[in-house]
Amino acid sequence: MTDTLDFTIAGARNALRAKTISARELTEAHLAAIEALEPSLNAFITVTPETALAAADAADGALARGEGGPLAGIPLAIKDLFCTNGIRTTAGSRILEPFVPPYESTVTRQLLRDGAVFLGKANLDEFAMGSSTTTSAFGPTINPWQRQGSNTQLVPGGSSGGSAAAVASGMALGSTGTDTGGSIRQPASFCGIVGMKPTYGRCSRFGVVAFASSLDQPGPFARTVEDAAILLGSMAGHDPRDSTSMDWPVPDYAAACRRGVKGLRIGVPREYHADGMPAEIERLWQQGLDWLRDAGAEIVDVSLPHTKYGLATYYIVAPAECSSNLARYDGVRFGLRVPAQDLTDLYEETRAAGFGAEVRRRILIGTYVLSAGYYDAYYLKAQKVRALILKDFTDVFGQVDALLTPTAPSAAFGVGENMDDPVKMYLNDVFTVPASIAGVPGISVPAGLDGDGLPLGLQVIGKHFDEETVFAVGQALESAAGFSAKPQIRVGSLR
Amino acid sequence: MSYIIEGATGPWELVIGLEVHAQIISRAKLFSGASAEYGAPPNSQVSFVDAGFPGMLPVINAECVAQAVRTGLGLNAQINLVSRFDRKNYFYADLPQGYQISQFAHPIVGKGEIEILLESGETRQIGVTRLHLEQDAGKSLHDQDPALSFIDLNRAGVALMEIVSEPDMRTPEEAGAYLRKLRTIMRYLGTCDGNMEEGSMRADVNVSVRKADEEFRTRCEIKNVNSVRFVMQAIEAEARRQVAVWESGEAVQQETRLYDPARSETRSMRSKEDAHDYRYFPDPDLLPLVIEQAWVDGLASGLPELPDAKKARFMSRYGLPAYDAGVLIMEQATADFYEVLAEGRDGKIAANWMLGDFFAGLNRLGRGIGDSPVSAAALGGLLDLLADATINGRIAKDVLEAMMETGEPAAAIVESRGLRQVTDTGAIDAAVEKVLAANPDKLAEYKSGKQKLFGFFVGQVMKAMAGKGNPALVNDALKRRL
Amino acid sequence: MASAAPLDDAVVRRIARLARIRLGDEEVSRLRGELGAILGWIEQLNEVDVSGVDPLASVGQATLAMRADVVTDGDQTEAVLANAPARAGTFYTVPKVVE
Repeated sequence: MTDTLDFTIAGARNALRAKTISARELTEAHLAAIEALEPSLNAFITVTPETALAAADAADGALARGEGGPLAGIPLAIKDLFCTNGIRTTAGSRILEPFVPPYESTVTRQLLRDGAVFLGKANLDEFAMGSSTTTSAFGPTINPWQRQGSNTQLVPGGSSGGSAAAVASGMALGSTGTDTGGSIRQPASFCGIVGMKPTYGRCSRFGVVAFASSLDQPGPFARTVEDAAILLGSMAGHDPRDSTSMDWPVPDYAAACRRGVKGLRIGVPREYHADGMPAEIERLWQQGLDWLRDAGAEIVDVSLPHTKYGLATYYIVAPAECSSNLARYDGVRFGLRVPAQDLTDLYEETRAAGFGAEVRRRILIGTYVLSAGYYDAYYLKAQKVRALILKDFTDVFGQVDALLTPTAPSAAFGVGENMDDPVKMYLNDVFTVPASIAGVPGISVPAGLDGDGLPLGLQVIGKHFDEETVFAVGQALESAAGFSAKPQIRVGSLR
Repeated sequence: MSYIIEGATGPWELVIGLEVHAQIISRAKLFSGASAEYGAPPNSQVSFVDAGFPGMLPVINAECVAQAVRTGLGLNAQINLVSRFDRKNYFYADLPQGYQISQFAHPIVGKGEIEILLESGETRQIGVTRLHLEQDAGKSLHDQDPALSFIDLNRAGVALMEIVSEPDMRTPEEAGAYLRKLRTIMRYLGTCDGNMEEGSMRADVNVSVRKADEEFRTRCEIKNVNSVRFVMQAIEAEARRQVAVWESGEAVQQETRLYDPARSETRSMRSKEDAHDYRYFPDPDLLPLVIEQAWVDGLASGLPELPDAKKARFMSRYGLPAYDAGVLIMEQATADFYEVLAEGRDGKIAANWMLGDFFAGLNRLGRGIGDSPVSAAALGGLLDLLADATINGRIAKDVLEAMMETGEPAAAIVESRGLRQVTDTGAIDAAVEKVLAANPDKLAEYKSGKQKLFGFFVGQVMKAMAGKGNPALVNDALKRRL
Repeated sequence: MASAAPLDDAVVRRIARLARIRLGDEEVSRLRGELGAILGWIEQLNEVDVSGVDPLASVGQATLAMRADVVTDGDQTEAVLANAPARAGTFYTVPKVVE
């Protein structure tokens, strides 16, 4: 039998249906892993063993009756940005520390509908603002990977770093994340797993604590492309409670993984050859193109002339939206409140105490770029550049079926690095942000290791609502790469 | 008609514009499924969307959009097939999201106009700049606790139409007439009940003063005035204040003010003193609102007859003068009452009776058309007795009074009180003879050429007949005899 | 772009006031530097010619779907108030506001 904690979702599904393992056993094994690894990794803000075991027992019952949804008994970690009914949801922020939502996000509701077992709420950068999961009010999450011969603590990437670390270390079979500028793809790359950001509008944002509404998009983490496809199949779909959710049919993503890439045209955006990118990332990118060519795809040189302005555009649009989205955290109806004699003092003290430094910084930037006299120069300009970036993608997708790029300009860095300079930290998202700006889907697939033995991902970007091609290309990369390296901090390592 | 304030430095003219917030009649709120009904227990009609909970998203209510379009059609306004929602960002205790969703840059309704009717009988066209959809805020109660304000979010998220006029009004009367007419149109359409006391219609009044032929001077905004009468009073008070400021050599500061009806004065609003910077931007949770012309056409074809069309029809069909028609259409119920009354009868006589004795009677009783003791059919019965000469006009007034008091039909009152008109020429002639015999001096004066005394004799004969004589026959008999 | 106007402390204080975040003096001067650096970096957008480009607010390609006018929500006073840090009866409470 496969080691319980090495299961894929697809494999676990088969084992559960074949009754070689029970959902309770699977969940207990993962809860034990969490207990063992959490002191080292801090991937969770809240662990919910009782509800997890109850859900596992329910799944066992359903499976025994020959029922059970597509995810019956599959243990997952949920980014603590998804509101979960009756279970504390903090967004990684002091200001929401006591908040218990009386409602369930649509994405988690659909996962529960399909029988999934929620192990707990995964750590994240505060309000999903960050690329390292170090801005959480509940402490940083540590990457289960370490540089060869070093025990320096590395970041798991972010903002969905807890979700990525949990899956990479074997604490969960899969997890949910959200991606606003790279918050799924970059931590997937840093943690050596698969992370998928679907098309904007593919998964409902209802019940997901908002960071930047025009960019936020839920998506899955898993250890294989097929597993990510299975999870997205449950998470995706039209939701009448989210006006930006699109009414498109949800295809069989797992089947799409098996399509192959023969005859596909894969674009290589020349602007992604960034200055100062490590040679090993350039080499890995080239390797990925070779793999796809060998699998029958045609490689095409393309240009996305405005994508280099993606980051600057993003750092106007996202803070502007966040400055407004986070106005509701005012100490009146939920969350933290610092008592005061006067309403303005109450607001100012509560928000000063409740928000961490990065969130405050972004709120202030956003307030500034929207304020009288600056709106046209910053926000309006950014919206126009955004239109040009979208047009770049639309034009390119007239020529090719998908794009291949690196996911991030580096492997995981040390906790505490890049903290002195916000702009330097923002550059982590340089390859992931353009797809977010354009709303197109992207996946990060682990493709190799750098000189220090740290995982590196490659990113596949597809057309709006064409996740199927993205999965097919991702699967081809995965098959060719044969990535089998394991992180140093995982359950097996402690046995 | 022109309204001028005579200052020490000469005459000043007023410039008035109105921003009306009208609560849309709908079952649910603009962006949530909570009830929009008035008067429920605190915080019982609140969804998590209304309370601004994390992760909650707005979804627009189709009926609220339809109501805005209907109102736009009623204002003869441009309907914008593409409009958009923005966020207006500011912090306030009863604004849960920290922003109000409102159509700032791209309203659903553009330019239109409203015809107003003045006491003089004149009409004027007042321009409407725009109408847009937005959410209402919650309610803060400041009088429940010495140290705390209480917040009730039942109203938070209820759909409002903000209807902005051009600065076209020059007198308090015009402002009052504009508000009344706007209310009439919305009530006809069923888009807003116009109840200013419950706050379902509120007015912000922009007032400035200027010398003749000047450009506009600085204006002040008087917030949330809650009756037509107070709007008119607030304008007068604010205009007088501004004239005094200018004439003292100071300049009026642009600011938000409140009207205090008890003191008949406006005062600066302290809490609004912070320079506001609302940081409007398109709401990323909502896509552009795109409606089809065919949908608009469908709404247009379902509209009831509007006040101006009804007024024109009353004038042409019933031969009414413009002023009478204008008064009759002011309330739908009044117009409906009139139409029942005028059906098959002389429209002008019907209007005269309604606007005259009938309304006076209602006024005395402190009642309205809705709870009138005399129905349109009953009043029609009275007019019929008048038309077929069963009673004369003088007696009819008495009968109407009795009808208002007792609720009995006209015919029954006429019969039971013996009020039928006397058309028996023998009886009339006898009365004539009796009057002439009793007034030999007046008769002599008449004969010597004092023709004016004819009226005296008519009056005396009618009096002798207890008012029941047929006036035409009495006239004839007197003419013959004299 | 409103370029080169370096952020001064007064601007930082003004936007912090708009955003209702209390800042200490030390924080103001630190943020002045950080925000200034971010805004300076953003000014690379000056290079882009956007003449004739319509601003893009959302990548959503559809238009707004409307829901029917039906009451489906509300009547949950306790749930709405359960997370409130302060309340009186069925009201939220805040320090008294003077209008």
